Amino acid sequence: MGYTFQGYRRANGKFGARNLVAVIPSVICANDVGQAICRQVQGTIGYFHHQGCCQLPLDLKRVTDTLSNLGQSPNVGAALIVSLGCEGTDHERLVEEIRATGKPVEIIRIQELGGTSRAIQAGIDAAQHLVQQISGLQRETVDISNVVMAIKCGASDTTSGMASNCVIGYVADKLVDLGATVVFGETTEFLGGEHILARRAVGGENGPVGQKIYEIVNRMEARAKSIGEDMRGSQPTPGNIAGGLSSIEEKSLGAIVKSGHRPIQGVLEYTDRVDDQKGLWIKDAPGREPEILTGMAATGAQLMLFSTGRGAPQGFPSMPVVKICGNPNTFERMQHDMDLNAGQIITGEKTIEEVGEEAFELLLRVLSGQMTKNEALGYFGSMDIFCLGPVI
Amino acid sequence: MDLKLALKVDDLDNVATIFANDITDGTAVEVRDKKGNMEEIIVHGNVPYGHKIALCDIAKGEKIMKYGECIGAASEPIHKGDYVHVHNLEALRGRGDL
Repeated sequence: MGYTFQGYRRANGKFGARNLVAVIPSVICANDVGQAICRQVQGTIGYFHHQGCCQLPLDLKRVTDTLSNLGQSPNVGAALIVSLGCEGTDHERLVEEIRATGKPVEIIRIQELGGTSRAIQAGIDAAQHLVQQISGLQRETVDISNVVMAIKCGASDTTSGMASNCVIGYVADKLVDLGATVVFGETTEFLGGEHILARRAVGGENGPVGQKIYEIVNRMEARAKSIGEDMRGSQPTPGNIAGGLSSIEEKSLGAIVKSGHRPIQGVLEYTDRVDDQKGLWIKDAPGREPEILTGMAATGAQLMLFSTGRGAPQGFPSMPVVKICGNPNTFERMQHDMDLNAGQIITGEKTIEEVGEEAFELLLRVLSGQMTKNEALGYFGSMDIFCLGPVI
Repeated sequence: MDLKLALKVDDLDNVATIFANDITDGTAVEVRDKKGNMEEIIVHGNVPYGHKIALCDIAKGEKIMKYGECIGAASEPIHKGDYVHVHNLEALRGRGDL
């Protein structure tokens, strides 16, 4: 018998680790109505973001695509779209695409309903109905190969690359070997280590995947330079520097350790879902938490392993985030935020393999319903959509 | 007395990372590598937990190596045992001037 977890079966063949009703504002202007609905109705989460109008067409499509992918996430059982009525995103496409996965979807339009208070009332009624529709669904035994795991590091210090990222690398390798899917990103933190990743690409450094890795790194570096600014002073962050990281190269070389050792199958754009593709994938996304957590959940990940040294507390509305702390001092100070102590590797009490196995067992429990520390604390609002152009 | 430990990740590295508190000028640290080799080095400067020291003399402009890879270049001459950080190591990537 292989490894399994207890998950929720979706009509499109996916399996969720959570069974939530997603309240999705199609534009920033609908957030307040969405928040009022979420405060009232148990079993809901809100995808509150700051985009969706007065942006270039490319970004409006990006926002619609991302919100659609979030609604399609296997951790979401039903969706309520909250539209203002005059926004730039395509809220009707949101309804169609999410409904096509077999989930119940409702939409309310604030202007059409006669304003805020009426929209809140209609939204509460609709959300309550959706929660009652899906909340009786039972978990069932699911093979581990159905897992899509996202990985990330944040608030890093020098312990990250030597302990917590090594633990995530161990789990990533194990999941890939078991036929599952692993996605990593943070393109900014490939700078100085991109040649190592490109050599691990399927088809080698000079193949299309290897070349694409160089392309996304060059694109990210050029983007910083195009503003006429120097990345030094912001990457590494002041916290990284206080933690001993001296350059973006040092940060990157420690960061890519979390991707393990398996071949890289391809590069996903920010709005791509990984769907049924197995193995290790890159998602082209920056390292900042709201944007990459959103991108990873939109990819289809059911959970994230998140490595930290200085102590990152963030979480995401629909995707549990497991914190693995490499710094033994930070773990001691922030035990209510940190799920696993990889600092025991630094102190020599445990090996990477030992903590790696602990992380793997924790991952199975979280997939099966155990709340992470950030979920239990209600610290899960780290969300925004990575856009390319200006607000106009 | 507590062991003052520093780790060298790769054979090519010319810096090691200290994982000990209270490292002040003149403290001796034990540098270990993955093979279990040890070397005692006297630290010059006050070095916080998780920060780096030089394992040999490094000339100005020479590459600084960790994980067996380049993490930047020395912006001034560095001596064995010196604290290595943003004051004497400069990044070579993500800059507008190179």
